[in-house]
Amino acid sequence: MIMEIRNLNFVYNPGTPFESKALDNVNFTIQEGEFIGLIGHTGSGKSTLVQHLNGLIRPTSGDIIIDGVNITNKDVKLKSIRQKVGLVFQYPEYQLFEETIYKDIAFGPSNLGLSEEEVDKRVKEAMELVGLDYESLKDRSPFELSGGQKRRVAIAGVLAMKPKVLVLDEPTAGLDPRGRDEILNEIQALYEREGITIILVSHSMEDVAKLVDRILVMHKGRLVMDGKTREVFKRADELESIGLGIPQITKFMKAYRAKGHDVREDILTVEEAKAEILRYLRSKEND
Amino acid sequence: MIKDITIGQYFPGDTFIHRLDPRIKIIITALFITSLFFINKFYPYLFIIGFIVLAVNMSKVPFKYILKGLRPLMVLILITFFINIFMTKGEVLFELGPLAVTKEGLRQAVFMALRLIFLITGTSLLTLTTSPISLTDGIEKLLSPFKKVGLPAHELAMMMTIALRFIPTLLEETDKIMKAQMARGADFESGNIIRRAKNLVPLLVPLFINAFRRADELAIAMEARCYRGGDNRTRLNELVLSRRDVATLIVMIIFFSLVIMTRFI
Repeated sequence: MIMEIRNLNFVYNPGTPFESKALDNVNFTIQEGEFIGLIGHTGSGKSTLVQHLNGLIRPTSGDIIIDGVNITNKDVKLKSIRQKVGLVFQYPEYQLFEETIYKDIAFGPSNLGLSEEEVDKRVKEAMELVGLDYESLKDRSPFELSGGQKRRVAIAGVLAMKPKVLVLDEPTAGLDPRGRDEILNEIQALYEREGITIILVSHSMEDVAKLVDRILVMHKGRLVMDGKTREVFKRADELESIGLGIPQITKFMKAYRAKGHDVREDILTVEEAKAEILRYLRSKEND
Repeated sequence: MIKDITIGQYFPGDTFIHRLDPRIKIIITALFITSLFFINKFYPYLFIIGFIVLAVNMSKVPFKYILKGLRPLMVLILITFFINIFMTKGEVLFELGPLAVTKEGLRQAVFMALRLIFLITGTSLLTLTTSPISLTDGIEKLLSPFKKVGLPAHELAMMMTIALRFIPTLLEETDKIMKAQMARGADFESGNIIRRAKNLVPLLVPLFINAFRRADELAIAMEARCYRGGDNRTRLNELVLSRRDVATLIVMIIFFSLVIMTRFI
């Protein structure tokens, strides 16, 4: 078990009129190598939860155990936690600051106190993982790049720290469809090749359906659902009642089934739907 | 961390003080500051304390909240205190190495420290009980007579509104960038001064870039809505002086005149 969250509570601005409870008794565990989707409406507490995972926020109460270490202990070295849990914020391209792409990606590993050769190696690897060409880009300014490219540089900056758990907060927000697909494919490839644990925070049910094995649903600071992707998306009515939805194609299959066609309704992708509809139509022909 | 800075942050409420016309509140604050600088003995401070306690009680802002606002300025207050205590000549009470503490110095130090504390608490009450929008409305109105001599009152007020509007945004952004860099192992809390200043580069560069980007976007958005400054511009909420406002002002003018008079008797 790589991560365990027990009775986690967090209150913003306690004791002022702006006081608000952001997390309300959250509990879950994550095994090594899982690919998890974290969904929830704006203000549901997703971002607050995610910031707890590498010690950026200290909980009001509760325990966070990462790789056997309870990080709510005061004397835990936060640097080692931040190395284990890599967090890519929303719009990470707004955090770039160095003169060259190389230096920016090297910022994280250098802070870990690694040798120059090791940093060099990691920068190369990280750039390759996100599909950036090392030789042609390393000496360019990150500010000259396009939005999607900048975001890759920022993600590479976190990957270069070689985290065991990678948390991505809306990695595709504000990208065009092509940029979005590219980033998602890279995340998928990263998961398959490196076998790291990934937590993907997203608003897009399609993205989540395509990638993750398990979904956590947050609503008003509480964890309201936790289950396999297919199981969670079966509960369409509940999801809609808290302002979320299900993938378009799942919705379509449900409606199609409601018309009296005997197809499965736990379909998550267009490819699956195609296979299922073909199977259904063929079985009808045979009757 | 950075969000803990509460000094002067608007504290919503619906009390007599909150409802008072912002122009009146600004004038009263100006009177308060003036009288504070006229005071040259200890006992008029009692009036000042009375005024602050009464105003804070009426505004229903918790005292703790106001004291919290003092904390970031404690360094300034302490520096003033120590400079006064050591730099004033007079009857020596005791000596600390090359430094001598005098009776006059001690008196002066306590006096100045109290003046600063009153100054901060009293003036922060203005911004605590007045929303930024009505505050700038008030300033614009108060400055408008000077338009005739070429003072761009509306533009100044607009600049203030925008600046105030973006303080929380920039604080939030600072917090976010800080966290993002901390997630990459940046350290903003340890090391000597030079190291710390260097460590701020990963925070300041993105912050400046984003601030300029925002300013640019805002300018375009204003242009797109045909904004063109002061003349003939009407407003949604006109400020109207009520009888209550005028009465409060008169009472306060008398009160502070008496406080100022203590200097001359």
